[in-house]
Formats: sequence, structure tokens, C-alpha cells
Amino acid sequence: MMHRGLSKRNWGIAAAVLAFLLLLPLFLPRFYVYQISLILVYGLLATSLNIVLGYGGVFQFHHCVFYGMGGYATALFLTKTGLPFVVSFAAGGVFAAILSFLMGLITIRLSKLYFGMLQISLGSLVWAIIYRWYSFTGGDDGIHGIELPDLVSSPRGSYYFTLAVTLLCLFVIYKILKSPFGSVLQGIRDNPVRSGMVGINVKRHILAALIIAGFFGGVAGSLFVVVDRTVFPDMLFWTLSLEVLVMCLIGGWFKFFGPMLGAAIVIALRTFVSGFTVYWALVYGIVMIFVIFFLPDGVLGFFEEKIKPAKGRAIADKG
Amino acid sequence: MLFLQKVLSQVLVGLSRTTILFIVSSGMSLILGVLRIPNVAHGSLYMIGAFMAFSVSHFFGGGSQGFWMALLLAPVGVAILSLVAERALFQHLYKREHLMLLLLTFALSLIFGDLTKLVWGGEYKSVPVPQVFHGFVNVIGGFPIPLYNLFLLAVGPVVAVLLWLFVNKTKMGKIARAAAVDREMVSAVGINVSVVFAAVFVIGCLLAGLGGVLVAPTVSVTLGMDHTLIMETFLIVIMGGLGNIWGALIGALIFGLSQSLGIMIWPQFGIIFPYLAVVIVLMIKPTGLLKSTW
Repeated sequence: MMHRGLSKRNWGIAAAVLAFLLLLPLFLPRFYVYQISLILVYGLLATSLNIVLGYGGVFQFHHCVFYGMGGYATALFLTKTGLPFVVSFAAGGVFAAILSFLMGLITIRLSKLYFGMLQISLGSLVWAIIYRWYSFTGGDDGIHGIELPDLVSSPRGSYYFTLAVTLLCLFVIYKILKSPFGSVLQGIRDNPVRSGMVGINVKRHILAALIIAGFFGGVAGSLFVVVDRTVFPDMLFWTLSLEVLVMCLIGGWFKFFGPMLGAAIVIALRTFVSGFTVYWALVYGIVMIFVIFFLPDGVLGFFEEKIKPAKGRAIADKG
Repeated sequence: MLFLQKVLSQVLVGLSRTTILFIVSSGMSLILGVLRIPNVAHGSLYMIGAFMAFSVSHFFGGGSQGFWMALLLAPVGVAILSLVAERALFQHLYKREHLMLLLLTFALSLIFGDLTKLVWGGEYKSVPVPQVFHGFVNVIGGFPIPLYNLFLLAVGPVVAVLLWLFVNKTKMGKIARAAAVDREMVSAVGINVSVVFAAVFVIGCLLAGLGGVLVAPTVSVTLGMDHTLIMETFLIVIMGGLGNIWGALIGALIFGLSQSLGIMIWPQFGIIFPYLAVVIVLMIKPTGLLKSTW
């Protein structure tokens, strides 16, 4: 499905959401501001995954490696070097992109399930190294109480910083996906063979998309450091990667804002359900099964299908 | 000489681990090869198998009798559970993308994990080693090996041969292999593929349960024992070639031995060796060591 330009109605929604997000910390308790920050971080992570998953059709099973890499790079730069915050923050995305490039070089030869599996094994390798390298990464304890500059150390400061970076990243990702590159990527997803036949270098495009996705995944990891001031090996564990995949699924992975919505739903649900039961995973699993069976295009996809007939069949009749 | 002894003992430790890995991965390989489900819940079934082994052996008063009853009943319990899951959920999704099936199994693994917590609680459980396997045997170089480990080493090949007979010599195994290649063609000649798929799924899950029972006396049975195992199983299956039982055996050998020898060579980073082995194998042979079914 191609993206149309933002309609008047959508501009209205965007403005309302933005105003809401900007005013939020003024009247919400700290706990909820923290939760919203987490939604932004995971939303960015899921959106970055969706660059290759939803738009590229790549089975990126272990996306969280780049998230963890970004988080650890920023955390290590902040704790081990005296470099300015901006440099440490940027290091997250850059190192994640480099890792993504290196892993991509190896995994790109395979496709679909094999690609995903090789990625999981490479990712587990990175996880195992971080998990065991006590002297450098803190091992299974991770790194806690990371010092941040004054600007982002207050809860409100870190929230606004997270919001600004997330919005900037979303904007850039949106522009990339709307560019000719994004169209080529979707062409490869829908028919890799034909795309190759018309002269597109399929592997090089996928590799570029992997690097871009890795970069923004890394930025999400760095943002987590700003929000939580910790990093730990579970950030790179494969279960988190599947959870992020689920966020894309629940929101709808053929829609740009699907993953963000999915992250919001999952985290809001978790905060809500954990309030009165320890069996959060049980509820989560049941919700997932419900979505898989009844909302295969995710929540956003479902609502767009519902709204479309009102606007006339012409638009609904997509290619 | 002392070094050689150490290597030998590590190899034997690695081999009993390999047996468990092989039994669980052969079930996974069967499911992945025929039904094309990357079954994340496989690890949960292994865990449930171990917990069921605890309950059954407890019910029969522990000891030897308890263990043998557990070995008999717990895999069946897991099989029944998987049959329910297959009939209620999976069979409606075979035509969908792998990704959906993967996520469904992930959802199930979350549900199974919490149900296990609900039923058995969060404490460690232990299953006693049966009387017969108490004690040690001295093997070459005078190194004592627990008898139970030798028992595990014997079980592995038995399972491998039985599974091979099922896949290659029984009618259902042959249908399953045909259905793995072309499902529509098989149903076009009048075979009820749905039943065959259910049977294959249940047998695969039964093996996960069996692995759980066999591992139970050697470890403390606990929540989360599925998490690392499922990852290892996936990698073994991919390394060996999807759906290939001997591939699963070779994969389990490579994984188990590189793990135990790696820990001996470099204790701190021992756990990276098996992953490294997988990466090297897949770089050389991207589709696995042996011929896969798809």
C-alpha cells in the first residue's frame, strides 16, 4: 500500500497528538511520563525494525542486537570516556550501523527463514560476548546509574529529549521510505526476482536498508540509556526481539505508524495488567493470539479497512 | 595424560548434553521440516515435560519407580497438550506466513511459561536419579562417569533410529515427507493431510517432552530453563539442515562438544564457542550440513 500525502484530517490528528505529547509532563505523574518515554523508545525501535520487516520483507528476527549495541556504545562512551554527551549519544547509532553492516555482509546471502536464523546465531554471539565480558561491559549486571548531563538528567528533560529525537528519527525514516529508495525496497519485498530483472541490485538495497534499520535501532538503544540510565544484556536477548516483532504485528506492519501504535498498546497493556496480576505474559499471549487470528493486518490496518468504504471504493481498489 | 583425561571427561559431559539437545532438536526438526513451523513453544514443552516428570515421580513416591513412570507418562502428557494446541490453533494457520506461525508459537510459549508458574510455582524442583543409575563407572584413564550419563548416551541413538524408521519406513512418515514437499498434491490424491500434520506435530512435541524428562534428574527443574535451550535447538536444526534427523544429530554433536570443550579451554567465554561454530558452519554451507526437506 502506497502512502498518500497527509490529508487534512491526518494533519489534525498529528497536531493533536503532538500537543498532547508536549503538554503531558506538565500534568502527569512521573511514573507515567517514564512509561510514555518507554513507548517512544520501543516505538522507535519497532519502527526501525519495520523498515526492513514491513517494507523490505526481510526476516529480521534479531533486531534487538542493534538496540543493545546502541545502548551499550552510548553507555560505555559516557562512563569510560570524557567525550561530550552529543558524541556519546551519536556513537550508539553509528556503532549499531557498523554492526548491522558487518552482520549484513554475512547474512545477506540467505533469505527468509535462513536469514533470520543466521542473524539469531550472530546476534547470540554478540549477546554472549557482552554477557560474559565482565571487565568491560559489566557482564550480566550491566551498567547502572549512568551519569547524564544536566540538560537530560531531569525526568522532564529526558522526556523532551526522547520526544525530540524520536520525532526527528520518525521524520527521517518517513522521508527515506517515501523516497525512490523506499519504493524500490517495497518492490523487492513484493517480487525480488522481478526487481532483479529490471536492473535493481537487490542485495545492495537490502544491505542499505539493514544498515539504516540498524542505525535507528541503535538510536533507540541510546535513548533507552537517557530514559533509564542503565544497560543490561537482556537488551540483546532474542526474546526482546520477538516482542518487538509482536509490536509491529499488533500495530500493523504495512503501515508507517503501525509499529509505534503497537509499542504503545503493548506497553500500556503491560503497565495496566501488571498492576493487578503477575501473570502478564499469559494475558499478553492471549492478546497476541487474538490479533493473529482476527487482526492479521494489525490494529491500524483494521481501522483503515473500516474507514475506507466511507471514502468511496475508488481508493480501496488498490493494486 | 592429565590433560587428555580432562578432555575426555569434558567430551563425555558434552556427549550427554548432546543427547538431550539431539532429542529436543530432532522433534523441532521434524516439525520445521514437515509443517514449516519455527516452534518457539518447543522449549516450553521441554520445560513442561521436566515439570511433569517431577509431578509424576513425586506421585509415585519418587525413587526408581517414579522415574520410570515419569519417563512413560510425562511425554504423553506433553503430547496431549500439543495435540490440543495443534487442533485448536495451528491447523488454521498453515497457509499463513512463517512469521505469523513464529509469533503464534511465541504467544504459546508465553502462555505455557505462565501456566507452568501457575501450576508448579516458581521454586526449584528436583527429580531423583533412579536407583539403578546411582554410582559411577570408571572409563578409560580411570575417570568416573555417572551411570545416568551413560544411560543418556544409550537413549540418544535409540531415539535416532526409531525416528528414522518412522520417517523412512512407515506409511505416515512417507506421506509426511511428501506433504513437506507438496502439500496440495498429497491431498489431491485423497490423503487427509491434516491428520498427518497433527501426528507429526504431536510426535515432535513428544520428543521435546521426552528431552525434558531425561534432563530432569541432572539439573534443577526451574522456570526459564526453556529460554536458552530453544535458541540452541533452533541453531542446531538450522545447522544440520531443516527436517533432517541425522543433521540434527550432527548439529547437536557440534553444539554440545564445542560448548563443553570451549568451557574447558576458556572458561569465561566458553559460551560463545557454539555460536561461533554455527556461524562458521552457516558461512560455509548456508542451508545446513545435510540435505534439508525444503
